[in-house]
Amino acid sequence: MAAPRIAIVGGGLAGLMAAIKVAESGVAVDLFSVVPVKRSHSVCAQGGINGAVNVKGEDDSPEIHFVDTCRGGDFLANQAPARGMCYAAPGIIYLFDRMGVTFNRTAEGLLDFRRFGGTLYNRTAFAGATTGQQLLYALDEQVRRHEAAGLVTKYEGWEFVGTVKDDGGRCVGLVALDLRTMKTKAFAADAVMLATGGPGLLYGQSTNSMINSGSATTAAYMEGAHYANGEFIQIHPTAIPGADKLRLMSESARGEGGRVWVPRTQGDKRAAKAIPEAERWYFLEEKYPKYGNLVPRDVASREIHDVCVNKGLGVDGKLCVYLDLTHIPRATLMRKLEGILEIYQKFTGEDPCDVPMKIFPAVHYSMGGLWVDYERTSDGFLDLGSHRNHMTNVPGLYAIGEAEYQYHGANRLGANSLLSCVYAGQVGGPAAVKWAQGQRKAGAEAPSSLFAAAEKKWADHFTALSRRDGPENPYRLHEELGRVMLENVTIVRENDRLRATDAKILELMERFKNATVLDNGQWSNAPLAFMNQLSNMMQLARVVTLGALARDESRGSHYKPDFPTRNDEQWLKTTIADHTPDGPRFSYEPVDVSLCTPVARKYD
Amino acid sequence: MPRQTIELRIRRQDSPTAPSRWEEFAFPWQPNMNVISCLMEIRKNPVTKQGRKTTPVHWDCSCLEEVCGACTMQVNGKPRQSCTALVDNLPGGAITLEPLTKFPVVRDLQVDRKPMFEALKQVRAWVPIDGTYDLGPGPKMSAGEAEVNYAFSRCMTCGCCMEVCPQYNDRSEFIGPAPLAQVRLFNAHPTGRMNAHERLDAIMGVGGLVDCGNAQNCVEVCPKTIPLTEALGELGRQTTIYWLKRLFQK
Repeated sequence: MAAPRIAIVGGGLAGLMAAIKVAESGVAVDLFSVVPVKRSHSVCAQGGINGAVNVKGEDDSPEIHFVDTCRGGDFLANQAPARGMCYAAPGIIYLFDRMGVTFNRTAEGLLDFRRFGGTLYNRTAFAGATTGQQLLYALDEQVRRHEAAGLVTKYEGWEFVGTVKDDGGRCVGLVALDLRTMKTKAFAADAVMLATGGPGLLYGQSTNSMINSGSATTAAYMEGAHYANGEFIQIHPTAIPGADKLRLMSESARGEGGRVWVPRTQGDKRAAKAIPEAERWYFLEEKYPKYGNLVPRDVASREIHDVCVNKGLGVDGKLCVYLDLTHIPRATLMRKLEGILEIYQKFTGEDPCDVPMKIFPAVHYSMGGLWVDYERTSDGFLDLGSHRNHMTNVPGLYAIGEAEYQYHGANRLGANSLLSCVYAGQVGGPAAVKWAQGQRKAGAEAPSSLFAAAEKKWADHFTALSRRDGPENPYRLHEELGRVMLENVTIVRENDRLRATDAKILELMERFKNATVLDNGQWSNAPLAFMNQLSNMMQLARVVTLGALARDESRGSHYKPDFPTRNDEQWLKTTIADHTPDGPRFSYEPVDVSLCTPVARKYD
Repeated sequence: MPRQTIELRIRRQDSPTAPSRWEEFAFPWQPNMNVISCLMEIRKNPVTKQGRKTTPVHWDCSCLEEVCGACTMQVNGKPRQSCTALVDNLPGGAITLEPLTKFPVVRDLQVDRKPMFEALKQVRAWVPIDGTYDLGPGPKMSAGEAEVNYAFSRCMTCGCCMEVCPQYNDRSEFIGPAPLAQVRLFNAHPTGRMNAHERLDAIMGVGGLVDCGNAQNCVEVCPKTIPLTEALGELGRQTTIYWLKRLFQK
């Protein structure tokens, strides 16, 4: 067999880590990304990365981290992978330390750790408040080293549009769109690994980058890959609103002592600083004395919604509360949170060291994603020698990072996302190599007619899109999709409104047939690429909405007032969506809970 | 008093080889607008101020919170990220948008900054670790030293400093301030320092450090206030010592 090649799609933390692991084993990597990989969405992660290094004399341990992760995810996480991740976490943080990440340090020169939501331990390593950026840059540098040595070939400015499969259904390559020439091209590979991040763009406005359309994972779903737990979308309690996007205000602001409050009196018009202590309601601290402002994100977002919408106590009458750092010395804040304070000041014109920040909940992260397999050992870890780890149900097609579903269950804990991306890359990369080496025929040895046919199929698809001409503007359709998703498929979910949302999505799909591409050019035609993304976004929006409609219980980020409790008997199950011409078809798979027994989830 | 109408003048160019032209757009002001949301307005109704149908303006963007560096362009003649260019903070009158001039235009406001990434290869901007295996903690570092290095590690490869550097242009080989500052960063790391000479070799030839004209424009425009001129000064000392060392070893 010819020397294997692995195609990795996406150059965020997960994709880059996988690329390094594959290259380290001497196998060539083709790395596809819509942007230069250094500009991937991982840069937006702010607060830190979790790992129970236990440097504060708290008797923290990877096992406690694991239990916190399962409990935080309301017991829907796949336990063996999650456990493997938590045990690998200290080593992962050390690895980044060796790569030169400028983590904050203690007086002794050791790595410093801070608190984050959903845990009582100082477990989060951080580099100011731009940790994701710093970790991504470290991997970007190492990948550049492998690129200079010739093992990694980058295709930056290429968008994945579909897979190439052989007659037996094995994934033997992919088709990508060159975003400059607008031509499609098929690439052979022995395994294809999607590391394409989350689908925040479904909601129009979110904390996600503009590249996070979820289009690649949806394309895989449309071609037969299972999509799991799509209904679990994390709403981050603290973001800054903008006309173009909602900017994250890191949980680390609360980790460093930030306090959330609203005026006790409805419609209090006074400036925040003029309101005396006794007239402020620190509702999270009052309701959750043990975890206080550091309850998990689903809990905090629901409480903010309750205080603002049900009790009418939101600042300025909006879904808005104060996040107050003004009691912390400026020097401390600048040392630990500079990046986010700077963002707040640049976008609002107010100095958060002086004035409490006004913050809003915002769509942030998808716990769901492509279904992936794993193989566990008898003692409850991942079998790291297995090619099954991170493989989708399509043989040879892998998914890692936010693009897959297995580490976070129904709600992700803060600072676990960087960790899960890196761990998935560390596990998925070698699994793909193992798979490639176990095949009798290389992907490149598949009949060339397969690649030609796939390339033509997608070329025809884009030609058809580019000929569409009608009154509908795709960007306006996207705005409508975002609005209806934001209104109905976020913090509070009601079945009649979910049904109405699905009807609206179907209407948008119909109107999309009359959308014009806006630009008939053959060069760097962003609207044409967007038409394809939008088409996929609407498909995935149905997976999210109908998955939420079906799940009549409340678990993690999924909350239905009509079904306010968790129902383990019926719903301790992974949702699996399969594409059919009539829309998603749902089935359910039991979760292995043998390593961490589900208990009532309490943070008070 | 915020403006009631947004007026934009945009320099457009259909392809790398096509001539450029100006187009004007006008639409109602909305709260919280930045240059990005203005460009988003245009694509929802791509019609010029004169009422002529046109194509949506092409531009580069991703994070929209000034950490990815993608959306850099000239706003009213100054290089900056367009996401943090809030309309209400810009002076009245039409807002002018142009692509950066030191990099080839791809289309409209998007340029190709590949030379910056290539330069990072050239100066070996990485810590050459043995492998990604679990080899225990990295070297200890004082909190103060980590903080100083952190400032340099925030470089987004956005290109603002390259745009205003008089020495960085198509008639010169100068590598530019951004990659030089990365040499400063990696030469300060306890492991990176072991290969400091390789990075110094890379910046002591043609187009290296001596081509810096000390105009100090770079440090003025850096959106992350990276102390670029301090880095260049520090590298001046490092290269001098290294040059002398080499001289006496010969």
